[in-house]
Amino acid sequence: MEKAPKTNRSKLSGNWWSVGTSAMAAIFSIPVLVVLGFLFVPAGEIWSHLVDTVLKDYVLNSLSLMLGVALGSLLLGVGTAWLASMCSFTGRGIFEWMLLLPLAIPAYIIAYTYTGMLDFSGPVQSALREAYGWGYGDYWFPEIRSLWGAALMLSLVLYPYVYLLTRAAFLNQSLCVLDVSRTLGNGVWRSFFTVALPLARPSIVAGLSLALMETLADYGTVQYFGVSTFTTGIFRTWYGLDNAPAAAQLSAMLLMFVLILIMLEKNSRKKSRYHNTSQRHQAINRIPLKGWKNFAAVLYCGVAVLFGFLLPAGQLVIWTFTISEESIDGAFFDLIYHTLLLGGLASFFALLFALFLGYGQRLHNNPIVRLSVRLSGMGYAVPGTVVAVGVIIPFAWLDNTLDGWMRSQFDYSTGLILSGSLFALLFAYLVRFLAVSLQTVEAGLGRIKPSMDEAGRSLGYSPNEVLRFIHLPMLRGSLLTALLLVFVDVLKELPATLILRPFNFNTLAVRAYELAADERLADAAPASLAIVAVGIIPVILLSYSITRSRQSK
Amino acid sequence: MSAQLKVKNVSVAYDGPPVVNDVSFSLDAGKIGCLLGPSGCGKTSLLRAIAGFEPLVAGEIILHGKKVSVVGDTVPPEIRQIGMVFQDFALFPHLSVKQNIAFGMRGKAKAIIAKRIDDLLELMGLKEFGEQYPHELSGGQQQRVALARAMAPKPEILLLDEPFSSMDAELREQLAYDIRGVLKQDGITAILVTHDQIEAFAMADEIGVIGEGRLRQWDVAYELYHRPADIMVSEFIGLGVMVSGLVLENRQISLPFDGTIGPAPFSCEAGCTVKVLLRPDDIIHDDTSPLTLEIEDRAFRGAEFLYTLKIPNGGKILCLVQSHHDHKIGEKIGVRLDVQHLTSFPEVDCAACDLSQCKSHPTQG
Repeated sequence: MEKAPKTNRSKLSGNWWSVGTSAMAAIFSIPVLVVLGFLFVPAGEIWSHLVDTVLKDYVLNSLSLMLGVALGSLLLGVGTAWLASMCSFTGRGIFEWMLLLPLAIPAYIIAYTYTGMLDFSGPVQSALREAYGWGYGDYWFPEIRSLWGAALMLSLVLYPYVYLLTRAAFLNQSLCVLDVSRTLGNGVWRSFFTVALPLARPSIVAGLSLALMETLADYGTVQYFGVSTFTTGIFRTWYGLDNAPAAAQLSAMLLMFVLILIMLEKNSRKKSRYHNTSQRHQAINRIPLKGWKNFAAVLYCGVAVLFGFLLPAGQLVIWTFTISEESIDGAFFDLIYHTLLLGGLASFFALLFALFLGYGQRLHNNPIVRLSVRLSGMGYAVPGTVVAVGVIIPFAWLDNTLDGWMRSQFDYSTGLILSGSLFALLFAYLVRFLAVSLQTVEAGLGRIKPSMDEAGRSLGYSPNEVLRFIHLPMLRGSLLTALLLVFVDVLKELPATLILRPFNFNTLAVRAYELAADERLADAAPASLAIVAVGIIPVILLSYSITRSRQSK
Repeated sequence: MSAQLKVKNVSVAYDGPPVVNDVSFSLDAGKIGCLLGPSGCGKTSLLRAIAGFEPLVAGEIILHGKKVSVVGDTVPPEIRQIGMVFQDFALFPHLSVKQNIAFGMRGKAKAIIAKRIDDLLELMGLKEFGEQYPHELSGGQQQRVALARAMAPKPEILLLDEPFSSMDAELREQLAYDIRGVLKQDGITAILVTHDQIEAFAMADEIGVIGEGRLRQWDVAYELYHRPADIMVSEFIGLGVMVSGLVLENRQISLPFDGTIGPAPFSCEAGCTVKVLLRPDDIIHDDTSPLTLEIEDRAFRGAEFLYTLKIPNGGKILCLVQSHHDHKIGEKIGVRLDVQHLTSFPEVDCAACDLSQCKSHPTQG
């Protein structure tokens, strides 16, 4: 009956979770730490060469691009959000979710598509020549492959971030505020500018920061359009100049830009919470638009959906089934197989680690575990190019060290084991996309009340068994969503895949990139279309969850 | 009978002063105990410590002869053989009623599990609902499923955490009686946590009143009401008012508006002031009485009026009167005192009262 007092079991297991989660955080922070570490490495000649020649271009171009995307996505995102949430016009219900569709198209794919549509032999210029009888050189046509073209392409697919958050802000604003403004003699439109818009500003800034983070991370578009930004600069320094430290230093500078955006976003989100004053949202009395106003609203939203999704997606379909010489054969199925393999493995492991972190936080919510969870999830803001550089440097060092040691000890060369392996690529994906899985798992776990855990424990189930028999079945929906979101992100990811993929290992995204680089835009269509088609799934999930949350109110 | 649960000098703390402080009691097998107290008094922390969810900072807990909690070692809840019913029921939404009840009985033979489920469904009046899912049931039905689930593995002790708090007020007392019947039929030892004394009286054999982390009194309901151990218990249980009284030469207590009402139960010097508990049923309305008091407030309760009466030294007392005695506020009515159980306590700052030393209070005229 008597038992000698032992150390507290729960404390002991808490230590295990702390060790486990901090180890995971340490591993997943390596790439970012490596890159940041190069800030303190003395810069070589190449770096001063870069500073003297191209660095100014990188900074200026990146800033101009951000300015362009900011203007474009504000123009497309805020107005459509107001119309779709607060006004009533023809087709509003359809536009409400269709306005999200451009999210399904990666920027580089819309860039390839528009280039193909607008170049000399493309359908637009051909039609113009035919209609007016012009020949080559008879007329001026805007060059899409330019800085402003890149800004336009990015705006067309990134405005949904602004749309999504602004729309939510408008819906959450207590309608009384608008009504009060109107009873005080302000018209509907005056109320929009003096009340609704200022109240929604934190959300608009948050959405904009997300769009700008994507802009900074973009490689495919700017590379194809020949715009020198940080991401293309990192590639050029890496492959052209073969200088890892300089590439890492450029990456670190890019990270500084990202950091500013993250702080901007966090800060705005904090503020936006204070602005939802009323907890109750009555059914919305939408402002009816009649006549030319109705027409203008349809036109406004129509332009965003048409140019952001319908036209490019339609063009991809046409190319795929008419001109494309890329046959759907064994090689294409290999691409699909590789893509499925990578996406499947990455999303599976991301889910596994996310569950470990999320559950660790649930069982032992101590500061170490919390910090570890946040650190493990920070890779999402880091551009793929930077992650790739941060992965390949330590892996190459490990390889060389191992090889050197084996040679000196056993006179046997191991060569490069880790760099250029699927493992390195998967690791980069996990660094970048673990946050996606983690957020979904955390949200799902958050909805399960602690009394569920305790009920399980009181019925004789250990914490691990509670996870298996209670949480996992209850989380099924969230787990599927987490798998899907990471899968789609991996599918679209271009720069990290380009840098880290094993030799001759192609994915759909890489294939589309290669064909586009060879100016075989129509041939790139099948791969691009496959990416867009799968990319639509999470958009549908998103719009479904929006309508469902509206109904449950 | 042997004690099924022994709680010895138990303290619980969360990074600060203890929320449960030096609590001791024991509960015999088959008895239903209750931890009663205002919200935030530490009763739920104590229950969670018994369940094994909270470690102890002092003392020990012995369940069916086994030390399950001592300082530095807490047997985890899953191997304590306890059953727990949660405030929000915590039914597993992905399992049917039968699967929920079977959840804690894994490892037993299928036939035994099926028999136990059928018996419990029968006992709870839930026979037709075995295949349904929790969200298809009403609140009362969900609660009975939660109870059945906790009872199914035949736990050493059943713990109920505010099980009626989400029920309609009118249903609570009836449900408490019903559940008491079920537990008694199965011979289960149980502890209930509640802030509602009606529930506690309806369900429990023994009740512990907890205030500010300390166990004030462990007793049957009758004793708690008529012989409260301290001022906190007197004020928490039932209606009543503490009135100052003066101790006379022969230890008799005299009230400022009436004569002496009986002896102080503790030794005390003449001239000390004490606190006397007056319950509404101690004050009888009597038109012939020479003592008349002014009505300050009144509340209609159907069968009776509850009058609040002013007393000369500025305090007030409560008086229950049959409701056909309809008096206005400001009117004076005749009352007489009929104190069957005299309850009095020394003044809080007069620590010497029981020691028959009362120097801090000089004799008054």
